[in-house]
Amino acid sequence: MAIVLINGQEVEIGDDERLNGIQVAARVGVEVPHYCWHPGLSVVASCRMCLVETGKRDADSGEISMLPKLVPGCQTPARDGTVFVTDSEKVRQARAMVEEDLLIRHPVDCPICDKAGECHLQDYHFEHGRSERRADIKPFHSRRRELGDTVALFVDRCVMCTRCVRFTREVSGDAELMVVHRGAHEEIDVFPGFPLENKLSGNVVDLCPVGALGDLDFLYSQRVWFMKQHASVCAGCSTGCSIQVEENQDRIHRLKPRENPHINQWWMCDEGRYGWKYVHDNARCLAPRQKIEGVLQPLDWSDAPAALHAALTGEAGENSNSKNSPPKNSNSKKRRLAAVLSPFLTVEEAYLLATYIRQYDENAVLALGRIPQAGADESFPNGFTIRAEKCPNRRGVEMLLSALTGDVLSWESFLEQAAETPFDAVWISGGYPPADGNDAASKEEESLAPELLAGLASSTLIVQDLFASALWRQADIQLPGAAFVERSGSFVNAGNRLQSFEWAIRPPAGVMTEGQLYWRLLDRDGLYNARRVLEDVAREHIAFAAATSEIPATGVDLLLNQLV
Amino acid sequence: MRLNLLSEFEPILLANIHREHSHTLRVYEEQGGYRSLKRVLADQPREAFRDLIKGSALRGRGGAGFPCGLKWTFLPENHPGPVYFCLNADESEPGTFNNRILMEEDPHQVLEGLILSCYATKASTAYIYLRYEYPLAYKRLQSAIDELYAAGYLGDAVCGSEFSLNIYLHRGAAAYICGEETGLIESLEGRRAWPRIKPPFPAVEGAFRKPTVVNNVETAACVKQIADRGVDWFRSLGTPPDPNNPRDPGSFGPKLYCLSGHVEKPGCYEAPLGITVSELINDFGGGVWKGRKAKAAVPGGISMGLLTADELDCKLDFSGPGKYGCLGLGTAAVVVLDETVSIVDFLHNTCRFFAHESCGQCTPCREGTSWSLKMLDRIRAGQGRLLDLDLLLEIGDFIGIMPGTTICGLADGAAWPIKNAIRKFRDEFEQYIKRTNPTGYMETSPPLALELHSIH
Ligand SMILES: Cc1cc2nc3c(=O)[nH]c(=O)nc-3n(C[C@H](O)[C@H](O)[C@H](O)COP(=O)(O)O)c2cc1C
Ligand code: SF4
Ligand code: SF4
Ligand code: FES
Repeated sequence: MAIVLINGQEVEIGDDERLNGIQVAARVGVEVPHYCWHPGLSVVASCRMCLVETGKRDADSGEISMLPKLVPGCQTPARDGTVFVTDSEKVRQARAMVEEDLLIRHPVDCPICDKAGECHLQDYHFEHGRSERRADIKPFHSRRRELGDTVALFVDRCVMCTRCVRFTREVSGDAELMVVHRGAHEEIDVFPGFPLENKLSGNVVDLCPVGALGDLDFLYSQRVWFMKQHASVCAGCSTGCSIQVEENQDRIHRLKPRENPHINQWWMCDEGRYGWKYVHDNARCLAPRQKIEGVLQPLDWSDAPAALHAALTGEAGENSNSKNSPPKNSNSKKRRLAAVLSPFLTVEEAYLLATYIRQYDENAVLALGRIPQAGADESFPNGFTIRAEKCPNRRGVEMLLSALTGDVLSWESFLEQAAETPFDAVWISGGYPPADGNDAASKEEESLAPELLAGLASSTLIVQDLFASALWRQADIQLPGAAFVERSGSFVNAGNRLQSFEWAIRPPAGVMTEGQLYWRLLDRDGLYNARRVLEDVAREHIAFAAATSEIPATGVDLLLNQLV
Repeated sequence: MRLNLLSEFEPILLANIHREHSHTLRVYEEQGGYRSLKRVLADQPREAFRDLIKGSALRGRGGAGFPCGLKWTFLPENHPGPVYFCLNADESEPGTFNNRILMEEDPHQVLEGLILSCYATKASTAYIYLRYEYPLAYKRLQSAIDELYAAGYLGDAVCGSEFSLNIYLHRGAAAYICGEETGLIESLEGRRAWPRIKPPFPAVEGAFRKPTVVNNVETAACVKQIADRGVDWFRSLGTPPDPNNPRDPGSFGPKLYCLSGHVEKPGCYEAPLGITVSELINDFGGGVWKGRKAKAAVPGGISMGLLTADELDCKLDFSGPGKYGCLGLGTAAVVVLDETVSIVDFLHNTCRFFAHESCGQCTPCREGTSWSLKMLDRIRAGQGRLLDLDLLLEIGDFIGIMPGTTICGLADGAAWPIKNAIRKFRDEFEQYIKRTNPTGYMETSPPLALELHSIH
């Protein structure tokens, strides 16, 4: 056990922990301001915002000897006996000087800068800067140029921390960004003809401590202080990056990665980052409908339980006097039912749907929904991987299916089975983003081709999805479903890590989230409570045992915890 | 560059440069060249030769004066290799041209020293990082290297020994910062010459992430002379260690002094370490030109600061200039300013150099150098304020590796002229500001920048 002294306070750190001055100080709530240092990038120690005093405490005598000069906290390792002083007058003066330096040529155009409100230059200046300008007064000047399709550079706002440059060299690996010119004339730029266009490009905007890099998708769409942040999980692929959804009044403005050392570190890919637009698409299905005598009629959500009951039992809906509860000792002919659990459902939702269907037919066939695929997995130099599997919860649904049925029936096998022996009624859940012309879309169209769906023609079909499709049009009952940011529950990523999240925005009018609908169909009281469902799942199924206790923000590894 | 040897000191490093074809292998060998190399390779184990250099207390001639043999011992023992040797020939310190003379007029002396240094450090590859603006040195070094390959002094089995060495001549990227040893390594590797943070030091992890020694051209020439003449000869020249300072290794050996500025006979002169600035000016340089008096002198390249006329008895050895508040001996390049020179102009020019050459990595150096230049621009435009002097001093005291605010020593070099000029000539600055800005010199609120629409 090593003991480090921060402003006189002892901090214990593990023997094999390699921390720098900024990190140990943070352990005891002492913030050392910094620009160039980032835990996910190499150390350059060039901005000098993190200057601190350091020294050593003699193990035997306890005597402290300090170094006469300042050192960068980011570059100074914390070892047993290391002393850091972060609040001396000397340190304060150094911070004020660095802030002053950084503002000499800065345009200070905060009122029109996207970063205002979450800008380190602003925050640090407020806390550590001088109250008056001493350098010559410069007129406002802020040049802008596009670095690529995703990012704009506001040249004069840059503080030359080189985080963005190091990111493209060390993390995404394409090294598009560079520094041009020298000294105070330095600028960030791309090589002519080689724009910033890697698949992780949006991360440089998050990394930029100031407003020099602007996300062209987000630019000028919202002042950051109007937005609320919600911890969530990206549904773009089965990596399942931890993210933060930023919205204002149920409208998303941007997604940002949320630090998770087990999954995405500090990053997320552009596909996920910008892949939420469909959530607010006007083409979303917004009204439940029911086919009556071959014609689709509006269905009120309050009538839905009865209609669904009727569809599953085969009893005439309207005249039924049952209270929509499943048949106890039904003497009617045993009906063959099936439910397809979409890889976009949360574990909790999938479990509730399975439970509901099995009330009507304890042998109901449960299948895994269609898995959208696009290309091949793609890994980056630091290990970040974008997966070909474009859905968030295949593993979760698979594990649930194995637990419930001992097997995982794929969408394709399910369709074959349906073609051989038609089901009486089938519930197909969805949540798929729209087919948008990329190759995932063509695959989707293939797997929804009319000849494949032919086997479902004779069944009563209940389809729940975000957008109309061949399947949706074939449905007897159409139920508009929720998008990932509107759901609550848990996804299990490709690495068997379960992450729980709460809804970030409410679904559009006309939509009832899957969780809430199933909750109601199961006659449970109050509002859908994902945590309570997960507790049930964890209790009943050993594969989910690790989810018994509260799920940390970074999730739990289901396999690892199972072995323990 | 003609030599004028007024003192009786017999030049050693410059002994050959006046001979006809002094840069050729033939002439060099006629003067006994490469004899020491052959002898050392035949009789002296590496360690013994390394210890010999260590025992000579030779200190690096590139600016920092770090003991050369000690630096060599920082290389990790039993490293599987390769170990690289970089000869720092980027010579860009204003006022400095001693490396140039050695490389142009006596390249073989440098190369023999380099081969011996590589032998001592187990380096099998050496790079000469040559200042881009030295075309003649480039030509002469390259033909000297070609001669050596042809004669079996380079390549596999140097002089028939088990030691093999390849030397590559690399033309630099034409910037002052390329001379900073880790900037040099970055540049050699093909990147911007942005100095690296230390540790690790180059001896542990340098070029291509392998142990690397960086030495100056004159240092290598000294190595060759020590091999020729021995440690006792070397230690018979110069200033012994200060008995009151246990960490002073002394300043031994001959030194090439570059004398320029307002003297009658500027040039590169050889003398033992420890002669005074006035000796250099008067005995070698024929005194201040045009019968004028000296006002100030730069002791070792402009980054070392400024001596006043009263301080010219400063000894030019590794601890001399420090006693007068200067940064150090630097490259021992003395620039003399006569009584007509405005120190304001001198400082303006100095600041312009460092603002231009700052590599721009470290905030305090990048902004400090450009801010100080802007203030001096404004002062010279007749809009100076007394407050500017305090701000300049604040910048000077803040930037550099000494206060711990930067990665490399360029910032210290930028700071010292500011600190010395203003502290030693404050009166002159104040007079200048009051005279040129009689109505505004007391102003304290920030003035408008000079060119309102420039970007920087
Ligand atoms: C900004 C800067 C520029 C430098 N330029 C040179 C140079 O041009 N030539 C040189 O030999 N050393 C230069 N140095 C010193 C080198 O970093 C290094 O100390 C030296 O090459 C080591 O060689 P030595 O031990 O033989 O002196 C420079 C240092 C700094 C900080
Ligand atoms: S653009 Fe932003 S991230 Fe890049 S160097 Fe400038 S301040 Fe740093
Ligand atoms: S001190 Fe100046 S020259 Fe040296 S690394 Fe820093 S910015 Fe570059
Ligand atoms: S954060 Fe340490 S120098 Fe930039």
